[in-house]
Amino acid sequence: MTILVVAEYENGAVAPATLNTVAAAAKIGGDVHVLVAGQNVGGVAESAAKIAGVAKVLVADNAAYAHVLPENVAPLIVELAKGYSHVLAPATTNGKNILPRVAALLDVDQISEIISVESADTFKRPIYAGNAIATVQSSAAIKVITVRTTGFDAVAGEGGSAAIETVGAAHNAGISAFVGEELAKSDRPELTAAKIVVSGGRGMGNGDNFKHLYSLADKLGAAVGASRAAVDAGFVPNDMQVGQTGKIVAPQLYIAVGISGAIQHLAGMKDSKVIVAINKDEEAPIFQVADYGLVADLFEAVPELEKLV
Amino acid sequence: MKVLVAVKRVVDYNVKVRVKADNSGVDLANVKMSMNPFCEIAVEEAVRLKEKGVATEIVVVSVGPATAQEQLRTALALGADRAILVEAADELNSLAVAKALKAVVDKEQPQLVILGKQAIDSDNNQTGQMLAALTGFAQGTFASKVEVTGDKLNVTREIDGGLQTVALNLPAIVTTDLRLNEPRYASLPNIMKAKKKPLETITPDALGVSLASTNKTLKVEAPAARSAGIKVKSVAELVEKLKNEAKVI
Repeated sequence: MTILVVAEYENGAVAPATLNTVAAAAKIGGDVHVLVAGQNVGGVAESAAKIAGVAKVLVADNAAYAHVLPENVAPLIVELAKGYSHVLAPATTNGKNILPRVAALLDVDQISEIISVESADTFKRPIYAGNAIATVQSSAAIKVITVRTTGFDAVAGEGGSAAIETVGAAHNAGISAFVGEELAKSDRPELTAAKIVVSGGRGMGNGDNFKHLYSLADKLGAAVGASRAAVDAGFVPNDMQVGQTGKIVAPQLYIAVGISGAIQHLAGMKDSKVIVAINKDEEAPIFQVADYGLVADLFEAVPELEKLV
Repeated sequence: MKVLVAVKRVVDYNVKVRVKADNSGVDLANVKMSMNPFCEIAVEEAVRLKEKGVATEIVVVSVGPATAQEQLRTALALGADRAILVEAADELNSLAVAKALKAVVDKEQPQLVILGKQAIDSDNNQTGQMLAALTGFAQGTFASKVEVTGDKLNVTREIDGGLQTVALNLPAIVTTDLRLNEPRYASLPNIMKAKKKPLETITPDALGVSLASTNKTLKVEAPAARSAGIKVKSVAELVEKLKNEAKVI
């Protein structure tokens, strides 16, 4: 068995999500190859070659693969996939965008967001917003899978010395083009990789009040998340949303402030190690999953918490 | 242009589902069913395109059990012109649905197909991308803004770090994110009118589609239960517990 992992990268190096995906590949067993597709991705390939347990890095460096448009990248992966038993990608927006296109072109069903590997063809994944766990078996010759990164501990990003090989012709479907992007700037740790996450909900009242969470987060070295209510009310940008339709996080400590705890929000954070809820509504569902609950006005509790930690 | 919208009948998003005792699946007997929330957004977007004069006809399609007619009637009440039900067993895999939709696309020749980004039951997030692959169309997934400019479609997408805009050639596939729009409610007169709109039922066989799958669900279990912890009385007590008991700060 040989497994192809489609790398996620940012700022010229592989993203942490790639390390979790390689960990899932290692659980399946067999040689692990990593594909880096993009434009000017030489540095990314070098960082991928250092990942522990990676046997080979394939680089497809071409203008057609800039911004990893699925119309162009999917045919590349399909061309390479013929030599592999499994194709894996992290369940990031890129992975979710590209891999089903690959699966359909290979005429196989995909398995989305696996949280564990039972055997080389059997995997567990959450369904119904994490309220049930399905065990799914694939009979496909090439198994196409996205990996929920919080389900697997990252492998070491250093210590490996894989060979780097240039592959793949340029596939340019010519039916889509990148126009622009607007990235949210933040000095805080990345939400899905942070050890501590502080999240605010509708109870924050307005966007300005999120400054209380930002200063608490800075003191804890935490990332800041939000519920959908806070995003829809315009308090914070949508890439901060935690939940079924936003990001899935599983930090050591999750502090939910002014969040009621709807099913859709719990889907994104209930695998956190320790959950703290601060809410003035004693009946809020969040208290049913919180390890430590504090019934208090957040505008008094959060500044006090910041002072004491 | 003609717009095709795919909708799915799913358990209502407010329902707390229960796993069956024999681990064969989730108990859906006597549970409230609704249109998948992301599909509602897809219907709303198509209706808005029609109100702007961009779309000329909206065809709504569902692949699923006979009861999915209810959700198609809802879409008709919201403003779709006619409906197609590809009647098949429940719990189809995404690729089978994408193949059935591909056959409908071949028949209807829409310029734009709008789907939800994921169904809240299977949480797959696959069908739109698979349909794009099978048709060879460009895809604009997780859309929070859609603009038709001439023969192109500008789609603003929600990505991990923020937003990204892509320009797609038409015909194209779009999957909706929650922030694309706020769906309207169907009024009673529109619900009555929807009863008279055409609803065609076809079988996968008639479309020449096989619904076979390479995936098999072996069992469905309840997730590990997480029990309520304790309530602390003060911030000082909370900090003390986090430091000394949980040791997370």
